[in-house]
Amino acid sequence: MTAEDSRTALASTFGVEVISAPVMSVTVSPDRWEELGRFAKETLGCRFFSFLTAVDWKEQGLEVVAKVDNLEDNVALLLKTRLGPGVTTCSSLTPVYRGANWMERECFDMFGIRFENHPDPRRILLEDTWQGHPLLKSYAVDTPYPPYR
Amino acid sequence: MLDESTVSRVEVDWAGPERLTMNMGPQHPSAHGVFRAIVTLEGETVVAVDAVIGYLHRCHEKLSETLTYAQYPSIASKTDYVAAMTSEFAYVLAAEEIGKIEVPKRAQYLRVICAELQRIASHLLWLGTWCMDMGGALGGGATIFLYCIRERELILDLFEALVGARLLYGFFQVGGTRYDIPDGWAQTCRETIEVIDSRIDEYPQMLEQNAFFLARARGVGIVSRELAQDVGVAGPLLRGSGVNWDLRRDAPYSSYQDFDFRIPVETDGDCYARYRVRIAEFRQAIAIVRQALDKLPAGPISSRPALKSVAQIRIPKGEAYARVEGPRGEVGTYMISDGSAKPYRMKWRGASFSNLAILPHIIPGHKVADVVAIMGSVDPVFGEVDR
Repeated sequence: MTAEDSRTALASTFGVEVISAPVMSVTVSPDRWEELGRFAKETLGCRFFSFLTAVDWKEQGLEVVAKVDNLEDNVALLLKTRLGPGVTTCSSLTPVYRGANWMERECFDMFGIRFENHPDPRRILLEDTWQGHPLLKSYAVDTPYPPYR
Repeated sequence: MLDESTVSRVEVDWAGPERLTMNMGPQHPSAHGVFRAIVTLEGETVVAVDAVIGYLHRCHEKLSETLTYAQYPSIASKTDYVAAMTSEFAYVLAAEEIGKIEVPKRAQYLRVICAELQRIASHLLWLGTWCMDMGGALGGGATIFLYCIRERELILDLFEALVGARLLYGFFQVGGTRYDIPDGWAQTCRETIEVIDSRIDEYPQMLEQNAFFLARARGVGIVSRELAQDVGVAGPLLRGSGVNWDLRRDAPYSSYQDFDFRIPVETDGDCYARYRVRIAEFRQAIAIVRQALDKLPAGPISSRPALKSVAQIRIPKGEAYARVEGPRGEVGTYMISDGSAKPYRMKWRGASFSNLAILPHIIPGHKVADVVAIMGSVDPVFGEVDR
């Protein structure tokens, strides 16, 4: 599906505003996150899963961002959802995109977001016994952690 | 006489499947870096692979929130340290996209020249180490390794003349490049790529008639089109599986649209197909470097004044996702800026991280020996995987 058609389809199905620049992005509420992923893959044809990450907006809570591409029609799409203050759970996109597996493990590792229905919820980059989630803004960059720091 | 009642009997089932869990790495000559693969074997066949990564994690994303736009490009090269030019490229492109900073044409062409030379150097290292993994250091593998490193040294000499460093540069900065090419560099570069162009013919001659190489590469590690896109692999891994996608042509950046080059695509999806893609990319990279050197315009190399203080570059509030086609695929930076001299959040979309995620899907079913061949053909660089 072309970029224009994708935009109209997203706006009509999810009833949200679709931002065009710099990358076409759409923000939905967390309860429609997996539905959005499925819609992007099956209806819009965005079968290439680029990445999934999170942003810590401090008091406003965490935001999960995923990028998917439609390589045939050259459409890039950013999917976003704001989890809300204090919320650390989100539904997993792993049933839709297999590439989300490692990306969501990294989000858990770095931000503490627990993804429901994730087949393998454990840390990926840090060791399994690490305490804390470093990419949160509340985690100072020079937090002591013997024996590494 | 043996007292039968005190002898214990152990029944051994030699016919049934016995699973052995074996650890490969993180210190392993063929692991291409610090990588731990916990493989579960039934005899010689791999049944499951658990890829454990994170041994090279250096918190690049947290560091980028504490370093300014002027400071970070120097260490951005340490993510994909084998192709350091393209690593820095992604970061500065994102900052320039948010800040709407124009890059002068000369700087764009210099960036292209360096990125393509880097692609050649990176593929040379890949070919040498992959063949050495499969051939053994004392067997035939060291032959091709030495030839590839010999060629790679020529390119590293060029980079040393340009930047002063062989492996990790600090060539890119927000607004352009940091150095201009010295006198005589263009001529030396032309001569170097002539030499490399003539020697690249030797590698297919050495390899493609070698029955052992073909046996280890053909039909091994097949990645289907659908799996490749679902997991998000990019670069030769994607093009070896039949997906005709290259950012230099489909989402051009930094004047790539000015150059004439082809994108090699193979459909088999096995290690041999990925090898064919990378060999063809050698030639295309050489063609791009020649064209860029011929058309190199005069002019400034940066649209920003020379850096005098670390907080000199401020990017207004915004976000962008900038991506470049590195030798391993799509290297991208998702950057959110907040108007200060440091980014608010920067996510490194590492090509090798997504490429490596394919291993648990394609290795099961192969023999132990194929694990090394597949891992080599995926071409991971752990600086990019772990960041």
